[in-house]
Amino acid sequence: MKYVIIGNSIASVGCIEGIRKTDKAGSITVIGEEPYRTYCRPLISYLLMGRTTEEKMSYRDDQFYVENMVTCITGKQATKVDPKQKLVALEDGSTVPYDKLLVATGSRPFVPPMVGMDRIRKKFSFMTLDDAKALEQSLTKQSRVLIVGAGLIGLKCAEGILDRVKSITVVDLAPRILPSILDETGSELVRKWLEDRGLVFHLADSVAEFLDDTALLKSGTVVPYDVVVLAVGVRPNTELLKDAGAEVGKGIKIDDHCATTIPDIYAAGDCTESHDITIDQDRILALLPNAFMQGECAGSNMAGQEALFDKAIPMNAIGFFGLHVITAGSYIGDDRLYQSRNGYKRLFIQDGLLKGYILVGDTVSRAGIYTSLIRNKTPLEDIDFELICASPQLMAFARKDRAAKLGGVQ
Amino acid sequence: MAINYLYPDYEVIRNQQRCINCRVCERQCANEVHRYDEELKMMVSDESKCVNCHRCVALCPTRALKIVKTDNTFKENANWTGEAITDVYRQAGTGGVLLASMGTPKNYPVYWDRMLINASQVTNPSIDPLREPMETTTFLGQKSAKIRRNPDGSINTKTTPQLKLSVPVMFSAMSYGSISYNAHKSLALAAQKLGIFYNTGEGGLHEDFYQYGPNTIVQVASGRFGVHPGYLKAGAAIEIKMGQGAKPGIGGHLPGAKIVGDVSKTRMIPQGTDAISPAPHHDIYSIEDLRQLVFMLKEATNYEKPVIVKIAAVHNISAIASGVARSGADIIAIDGFRGGTGAAPARTRDNVGIPIELALASVDRRLREEGIRNNVSIVIGGSIRNSADIVKAIALGADAVYVATSALIALGCHLCRTCHLGKCNWGIATQRPDLVKRLNPEVGSERLVNLINAWNHEIKEMMGGMGINSIEALRGNRLMLRGIGLTEKELQILGILHAGE
Amino acid sequence: MKRVYVNEQWCLGCHLCEYFCAFANSGQSDMARALKDAVIRPRIKVEEHDGISFAVNCRHCTEPLCVKSCIAGALSVKDGLIVIDQDKCVGCFSCIMSCPFGALMPSDTGVMQKCELCTSNSAGKPACVQGCPNRAIVFEER
Repeated sequence: MKYVIIGNSIASVGCIEGIRKTDKAGSITVIGEEPYRTYCRPLISYLLMGRTTEEKMSYRDDQFYVENMVTCITGKQATKVDPKQKLVALEDGSTVPYDKLLVATGSRPFVPPMVGMDRIRKKFSFMTLDDAKALEQSLTKQSRVLIVGAGLIGLKCAEGILDRVKSITVVDLAPRILPSILDETGSELVRKWLEDRGLVFHLADSVAEFLDDTALLKSGTVVPYDVVVLAVGVRPNTELLKDAGAEVGKGIKIDDHCATTIPDIYAAGDCTESHDITIDQDRILALLPNAFMQGECAGSNMAGQEALFDKAIPMNAIGFFGLHVITAGSYIGDDRLYQSRNGYKRLFIQDGLLKGYILVGDTVSRAGIYTSLIRNKTPLEDIDFELICASPQLMAFARKDRAAKLGGVQ
Repeated sequence: MAINYLYPDYEVIRNQQRCINCRVCERQCANEVHRYDEELKMMVSDESKCVNCHRCVALCPTRALKIVKTDNTFKENANWTGEAITDVYRQAGTGGVLLASMGTPKNYPVYWDRMLINASQVTNPSIDPLREPMETTTFLGQKSAKIRRNPDGSINTKTTPQLKLSVPVMFSAMSYGSISYNAHKSLALAAQKLGIFYNTGEGGLHEDFYQYGPNTIVQVASGRFGVHPGYLKAGAAIEIKMGQGAKPGIGGHLPGAKIVGDVSKTRMIPQGTDAISPAPHHDIYSIEDLRQLVFMLKEATNYEKPVIVKIAAVHNISAIASGVARSGADIIAIDGFRGGTGAAPARTRDNVGIPIELALASVDRRLREEGIRNNVSIVIGGSIRNSADIVKAIALGADAVYVATSALIALGCHLCRTCHLGKCNWGIATQRPDLVKRLNPEVGSERLVNLINAWNHEIKEMMGGMGINSIEALRGNRLMLRGIGLTEKELQILGILHAGE
Repeated sequence: MKRVYVNEQWCLGCHLCEYFCAFANSGQSDMARALKDAVIRPRIKVEEHDGISFAVNCRHCTEPLCVKSCIAGALSVKDGLIVIDQDKCVGCFSCIMSCPFGALMPSDTGVMQKCELCTSNSAGKPACVQGCPNRAIVFEER
């Protein structure tokens, strides 16, 4: 059996582990665009911060690929998938035949057209290790950095480089930061925290025009800059499969076995559309845990052992200079707000289920207990509601459930 | 109170260098002696509430605590001791009867410690218990004095019902109510594992423990708490409690505060009522009345179970025992004045009754003289502390011994003697669920089994040393004992010679 | 594989498991010295409410959600035991977000920590089991 995986990041590793649970013999070939060992992209900001090194940040070591008998082709891009001949064509003209294929091509930064962009001398995205290295090279203690995008990527970039530059200014079209995961209260809190550390924000604003070393904002503000980082958004890499004839929506469409509409081709990770069980709709859930579990599920199915992945929910854990934010699910239904010593917590409840939560500051402790309530769709009437709202605790569960959790193998 | 007559008996000494403020002492003291002071950032202790139960000492992970007797003293006075003076203060303050728990701590002679055991040498070889079979199994019940034969000449081996013990030790009566459910469970499990028996005491048998019936002696006391046909049939034997060594002449008393939940249900009395057992059985005013009750119980259980009569050791114990031996009882249990209790008036506990060593020796001799020793087995209790006490007891004439205080100590009791307050920190003498939890029957029964097994080995060692290989050969074998530091009279009553003779 | 199991019927809420855990992971040989004036950060924590108490530590799940969520590959499975390479951990809190038992938490140094059944400290056998006075915590196969 020939297994081929396009992609060398999280979903790819999950797939290898999923396959090797049952099939110890079939050949596995991984095709990776980047010339590096497998690594997880969110680590690049930690690399710049000094919290990890290029050596330490590999997601799995070389031993992993040896033990699992995986052949890695790195530094080459896959250009075409031929489902009839069951071949993957690479940019250098070679082809790789497959019996089962996983497409885990992830996403790429979205670069919007902006006036005067070609005048920027030092312009970077912040997605890959190469992006981070290039950015690092260009920074000096005098650098004035302009980051376009106050989302997860833009702000993590800011955290990563703050110590090595003179100033950071962040511009975003949205009226508040981190709009995809936080409510107004949270955005306020985190923004103040970041402003206290020296970040400058221009929100509900955008760059009207880039000049040689200043940016003119729509509001009229003039921002001098040396380096620009574009962190406006990402687009899933769906072209390979779209061209091959698979059904593609906002992302590659997969069922709960992670199979695409083309037989023997599976997809996993940021390039796919998952079924968000909190709103019962398909959407892109570009999150590491989902990527890994989808990869694992696909791998298992590819090796002939049926597996399901039907618990996909949005979830994010992110921190800036010691202030942590954990969010999950969807913000629908009735919400309950609880203030805490240095943060707050918001729980979203609908149809007797916990649908989502926002935790900022000291309330992030043991958040996984809330996450499990959302993923498992645990009816809130089966647990002690007051206790669970007070804090995530196993005490809220019924005695026999507690006995099963603490007295049995999980 | 304006004048503090009662200075705390104990002081809590905390080594602040070793204290890590883990607050275990605070969490585990039911008397609320310890407290973490937020401002001072250290643990502080209020010794006025300390009863010296050692729960905090035993649990402190860094051994930072010790409890010492206060050195706040009265002027030395051999007659008016500090305790005697304080007792007067207490009664002047409360007007009440002084209550006490566990056996008397008074300095009366311990006869076990004045008897020495023999060993074989030269003329009569000793036996190595690791290499030769040693029989510690014993049977309690009526034994026939003569060999009886069937019409065809074969020996008639039919006997009256007997209790088989793998070791000549049983757990004595402690009622459910005075001790906790978990304590009873530990005793029941251990009795079952060891092949011996435990006693329900006068609190009835909890329905959860009927499964241990084959290792249970059910007690019928003067208050008849918990007595119904099912109860009688559940046990392996029935014990009629005529008296208790710690408080001869009076009945039992369990305060209403302890009669809650299952305790009330098992005793068959309403919650919150005081459980007072009257001093006499109100249907037994003569030895003939006792005989009637014995046979009523045998009828009710189809003559399948031995009946035990438990009496307290008092001055005319021999005469009483003689009467009991003729009443149809299979076993006489004698309880000496050092026996324990959950709660008794202090004066009764400390001044009433006689030592079990002397009682046993007298009863054994009297029954032999009257030729009725075989009518009954004799079981004694009232402070058996170790295996040497057991060997001496059997040598004086006992068939087996009852232990209770030793069993509780194995479960964790530190003899702080405040059982009557109901806040036993070791989960033994309390009904508070948060305290009862502290005694895990799995752990408790293991410790009891360990204790009895250890004693069993030691008994075999001592027997082997004497050149004896079965309990049968040790029973009543007064020649194996010698007294030391005893008067002529004491030697005479015990029926033993002095060391050197 | 032997794991630590907690029986809430016998837990007294005494917290000794927490202190023994902190001591075992302190790298010191004298408990008083190790924990004097220290704020402990044990890997097993007691939950208590209304007379019920029990201790919670890593269940070493057969399908560990924390391992599947770790962005640094710092969490891994070694012969059934879930271990963390504190050198690789960047403190992103993704594992805290995923663990259905709330068994991971930040250590003194900011990276994550969790129960590893005392396999890599001086205790050798789980210290919480040895420290429990009432056999509420046991170490066995199930």
